[in-house]
Amino acid sequence: MRYLPLSADDRSDMLARVGVDHIDKLFADIPRDKLLDKVLPLPLSKGELEVERMLSKMAARNKAASSGPFFVGAGAYKHHVPATVDHLIQRSEFLTSYTPYQPEIAQGTLQYLFEFQTQVAALTGMDVANASMYDGSTGTGEAVLMAHRITKRNKAVLSGGLHPHYGDVVRTLSEMSNAEVVTLKPDLRAKEDLIAAIDDQTSCVVVQSPDVFGTLRDLKPIADACHAKGALLIAVFTEVVSLGLVTSPGEQGADIVVGEGQSIGNALNFGGPYVGLFATKTQYVRNMPGRLCGETVDAEGKRGFVLTLSTREQHIRREKATSNICTNSGLCTLAFTIHMTLLGEKGLRSLAEVNHANAVMLADKLAKLPHVEVVNEQFFNEISIRLKGDATKIVDRLAHHGIMAGVPAARLFPDQGLDDVLIIANTEVNTDEDRDALVAALKEAM
Amino acid sequence: MGNTHYTKDHEYVRVDGDVATFGITDYAQSQLGDVVFVEVPKVGTHLKQGAEAAVVESVKAASEVYAPVSGEVIEANSALEGAPATVNEDPEGKGWFGKIKLSNQSELAALMNEADYKAYLSTL
Amino acid sequence: MLNRQGRPTTPANDATAVHKTFTGNRALQQIEPLIFEIGSTDQTGVDIDAPAPHHKKLGGLERKNPIGLPGLSEPETMRHYVRLSQKNYGIDSGLFPLGSCTMKHNPRLNEKMARLPGFSDVHPLQPQSTVQGALELMDTLAHWLVTLTGMDAVAMSPKAGAHGELCGLMAIKAAIIARGEEATRKVVLVPDSAHGTNPATAALIHFEVRSVPVREDGTVDPKVVAELAGPDTAAIMLTNPNTCGLFEKDVVAIADAVHKAGGYFYADGANFNAIVGKARPGDLGVDAMHINLHKTFSTPHGGGGPGSGPVVLSERLAPFAPVPFIRKTEEGLQLVEDEAEATKHGAHPFGRMTAFHGQMGMYVRALSYMLSHGADGLKQASEDAVLNANYVRAGLADLMSLPFGNKPCMHEVLFDDTWLKDTGVSTLDFAKAMIDEGYHPMTMYFPLVVHGAMLIEPTESESRASLDLFIATLRDLAIAAKRGDTERFTGAPYHAPMRRLDETRAARSPVLKWTPPLPILEAAE
Repeated sequence: MRYLPLSADDRSDMLARVGVDHIDKLFADIPRDKLLDKVLPLPLSKGELEVERMLSKMAARNKAASSGPFFVGAGAYKHHVPATVDHLIQRSEFLTSYTPYQPEIAQGTLQYLFEFQTQVAALTGMDVANASMYDGSTGTGEAVLMAHRITKRNKAVLSGGLHPHYGDVVRTLSEMSNAEVVTLKPDLRAKEDLIAAIDDQTSCVVVQSPDVFGTLRDLKPIADACHAKGALLIAVFTEVVSLGLVTSPGEQGADIVVGEGQSIGNALNFGGPYVGLFATKTQYVRNMPGRLCGETVDAEGKRGFVLTLSTREQHIRREKATSNICTNSGLCTLAFTIHMTLLGEKGLRSLAEVNHANAVMLADKLAKLPHVEVVNEQFFNEISIRLKGDATKIVDRLAHHGIMAGVPAARLFPDQGLDDVLIIANTEVNTDEDRDALVAALKEAM
Repeated sequence: MGNTHYTKDHEYVRVDGDVATFGITDYAQSQLGDVVFVEVPKVGTHLKQGAEAAVVESVKAASEVYAPVSGEVIEANSALEGAPATVNEDPEGKGWFGKIKLSNQSELAALMNEADYKAYLSTL
Repeated sequence: MLNRQGRPTTPANDATAVHKTFTGNRALQQIEPLIFEIGSTDQTGVDIDAPAPHHKKLGGLERKNPIGLPGLSEPETMRHYVRLSQKNYGIDSGLFPLGSCTMKHNPRLNEKMARLPGFSDVHPLQPQSTVQGALELMDTLAHWLVTLTGMDAVAMSPKAGAHGELCGLMAIKAAIIARGEEATRKVVLVPDSAHGTNPATAALIHFEVRSVPVREDGTVDPKVVAELAGPDTAAIMLTNPNTCGLFEKDVVAIADAVHKAGGYFYADGANFNAIVGKARPGDLGVDAMHINLHKTFSTPHGGGGPGSGPVVLSERLAPFAPVPFIRKTEEGLQLVEDEAEATKHGAHPFGRMTAFHGQMGMYVRALSYMLSHGADGLKQASEDAVLNANYVRAGLADLMSLPFGNKPCMHEVLFDDTWLKDTGVSTLDFAKAMIDEGYHPMTMYFPLVVHGAMLIEPTESESRASLDLFIATLRDLAIAAKRGDTERFTGAPYHAPMRRLDETRAARSPVLKWTPPLPILEAAE
């Protein structure tokens, strides 16, 4: 077996050195009747070529996003990632290192985490960001728990524009921890009255912008209403590129900002791994979940970085920790920060403008189709349309013709009267030809 | 110095009339190592003896500090929030955590005096 | 003069103290500023064409203020991160004996496979007819996991080990709710030797944690469990092999005691790598166990993630598994994403752990590893991991102290600091001296049940020669510590990219992001 360096001779010599005559003597604490005497009924070892063949066959049964016009979004987005990113994250010293608990030999990881935290704080307009969560959805769950700890209340109000998977994560956590959740109805036209839902028991309001249907939300009035009642505003985003063009949630008054960072540096990966971004105000930092990297000096006075404020974390605080999170999204964080460094402010703004321009062009084209209504008045790179017929069927039909038209709203909100709604994302990867192909195919399908 | 009392959790309480100043002992700070953060008690809180009153953190440990006596917190040493090292430097002086208005003087009887505490330390 | 292992027998003359460089750089070790100090907001490493003319539809929400994000050109970016990487220690750099973390070789085939566009470039919400291969991969991995563990079902979506623990405990809570006992069954038993994630997870969903003391031999006593378990017991969380590197020999009796009390047995699978192919948790009475694909099945640790923590479930808990899950139908594989849809198929999911379907990128890597090893190779890997740990134990037992006696361990060997008593050297100092010798330190001060713990897990990836050199080095260090060569330890590391870092300062006045320096004031005339 190519991954195992010991030879048969090594094994018998080493057993002798250890002082036993059979390997199973080292497994003697396993009850005798539970020790397996046969190899389990699974395939036996294979060479690299054969494994590659098997897995490639499975991969070939999937349709890759880059193989045709692709407009699927709703929480994960197809973007171009520079080749530099994937090269760098595969460097052994990044790929095969552990959580940087030994800072003297982990400054590479620690410095990029410090840079990452600074980038995320700047993007979100907040004071401080952590070193990542698993993804945007679990980050949202953690944000709600954090708001409960800060306000000492336990009722969360969820906007009807919140990605329903994110809502499900919050509801699951809340049900299991006796916390209350008020979820507003799916809010296709951003007309919901969130402010009316806030009362003296409300710990936090969770609002996504752009929302799951693509509409940009004005957070300021909601933040003001939250603060008037002693509640916190948790601002969520699933498309981080939007922050290149849209006023940051921090500037709009958010107390905790949490979102999905996949769009920058990370592939679609059929849903994971992704990278959760999490930021807040300085005064709440001790209630924050997850790892934090901070600046310090070494014994010679040289600047260096360490994991810090660890007393919030499970390995020290155990049942009193702010979260149980341990492993987070290390390498996805690296991919994010490298891509963001390549972009810089200038590149991010250009990227965001191209995304928005493409979406505006598509919206204009779609609006001209008979039986199609674009529902969003203001959006970033994603829109929702009402069309004639069942969106799921139309999407399936178009997929058959090589066009990935978007996400039928009914897949996310079954049985909610949204069968004719299609959510369409449009990023820098979509060309004029892609848009024309989509418009023509939709026209024909209706 | 008969008015200072000690708990087995290494809190001290110094009584002056019906006001008790409390904090952690020199032994406790030496066990914790460099103190990096103190969450002092909130003024106005009514504490029961043995209830969680404050939190003290070093780099690798966090410990709850329990109220050595019952009563209302009438003052907190908020200076510690900006200067946690004071707890290491002067734990039983400037490094005090809070002042409690005693609601039950008789609780003091159950605590150790200085000599008893020294004897207790020698058993650890 | 070299000894037979090719190591110099006397420390090399250290010239670094004499010749300080002008730059502060030391050849391959270069000081690297922050991107904020070398980049600028006008610089970029990507070329993006200006957008076509368009009207904006941002409402009044267009960003007005600068963000403050520096950019670097492509060559500058490359150099920045390559230099950073050179300050890191990885498995590929050398032996990485971090107990409980399983730093085994990460085959690059796995990386290649995960990057096939058919896996990496597929969206989680594409029509299911266009992702049948991805579902097949998940289903195949699930089959391997249930077969290796002897369990009934697996919930794939948890994102890492701690998330898997949460999933498992939620399934247990759901089962308790279904029994109508949520008001009474509130206690989770957790041995003192457990990972911190165990009590943290239990507390997260409002279980009360009750500690189980570990007996003198480092394992849990079923009699103690039987005494502590009762009608208030929801579950026990037991790591097996445990964090002392020992197999819980009374695991079956412990499981029986908990089951008899009406509770469930949650196994922390962090150390499953010791027994893959040797024993199945399902045979030991386990009701739920997470599997760290990033430990046992070699997906890279990546400097702290991403992980993946599928949870295998017993028949009693399987119906409560969260959405999504895969179902076989006549048209192919169906991913059931919605709770209402799930109930139509007889399931009672407790909810959802995460958006989408879990860590696909990690599934591909893990399956690639499993297919490569095969059932035979996985068993061999467990045996080699255990053999290597025992070889290290045998090589060091006369110099270092074993808190539970010199007896066989599983995949990791635990020493305490009794042997360092009166040397002036602490576990931390010893670990930092290992850095100077070119090794990553072992896990320190964990588990908490042992004073000054040193937990060494060499993994199956080490050759005998590598282990011999490691043992010889640790022996040299141990002898040096005992003969009073204290400075070698207390000031270590001397040769790492950084000397020991001031963690107190970092925690006392946290600096958690870069802030621009204040403008330099002209000296007043």
